[in-house]
Amino acid sequence: MSGHLHRDDFGSRLGMWLFLVTEMVLFGGLFIAYSYMRYRYPGEFHHGGSELNVTLGVINTVVLLTSSLTVVLAIVAVQRAEKRRAMTFLGTTLVLGLTFLVIKSFEWGAKFHHGLYPNSPHLATLPPGEQVFFGLYFTMTGLHGLHVVAGLSVLGVMLWWVATDRIRQDRYIHLENGGLYWHLVDVIWIFLLPLFYLAA
Amino acid sequence: MSEHVEQASEHAAEHPGYGTFIKVWVALVVLTGCLVGMSLVSQTYAVWGLLTLTPLKAGLVFYFFMHLRYEGPLFKVVVLVTLGTLLIFFALLFSDVAFR
Repeated sequence: MSGHLHRDDFGSRLGMWLFLVTEMVLFGGLFIAYSYMRYRYPGEFHHGGSELNVTLGVINTVVLLTSSLTVVLAIVAVQRAEKRRAMTFLGTTLVLGLTFLVIKSFEWGAKFHHGLYPNSPHLATLPPGEQVFFGLYFTMTGLHGLHVVAGLSVLGVMLWWVATDRIRQDRYIHLENGGLYWHLVDVIWIFLLPLFYLAA
Repeated sequence: MSEHVEQASEHAAEHPGYGTFIKVWVALVVLTGCLVGMSLVSQTYAVWGLLTLTPLKAGLVFYFFMHLRYEGPLFKVVVLVTLGTLLIFFALLFSDVAFR
């Protein structure tokens, strides 16, 4: 690309991808832990999974998939110098990301209401397999939730930069990298949905 | 929208248009529907859905939304080596579990 500008978009993207693979390994370790525990406690995982709200899980999946779409559309808009459209797409992503967190908080709230939260007295009375199930559920969806918060913060800055022309048609690597992070957060949720809500 | 796509057609290899990504999103939503449908049939179907449709969905996001399709071989190798490493750990764990 424009080499005389003293920048290396390829290197930036490669750096981002290297960071993303560390994230994949982080969650991959948890997925492997989940697989073993599910193999060991199939009945308890089935019972635990039946207590989760499938409808909310599926709605959140569609919300995140759509938010991924709007990020990638924002990049197309920036490539075409359609600033207003790019801002609308990014704004939509932020709203969808917040929607995801609100739905998630309702879901967690309902679990807390039923005495299901890490280290709760009620959880301690459940069979070991169910304790493991909810332990993994709160760890994995919680860690994912933190990633959503981080992604939203990054994309909020990206929206600001598009508004102030720091991100524009000839210079949008930051938006691309922010988008890559958001998509990975989406991919992780794609796996969490069947693991906890559908196939447990 | 189609005129935009045509306008950008000379850069199509570099920059895909809105339409491509919207189609991928439709595919992702349909696959999610299939996954939910399979999980309603039986536990076995749910697990098969998890093992087949979920990696397919993740692949679509990686390939299109994350632009892997438009990147050179290096990025693809980085991702494949990572997934391969995870798979090896997975296999090692279960080969241990299986012979206890």
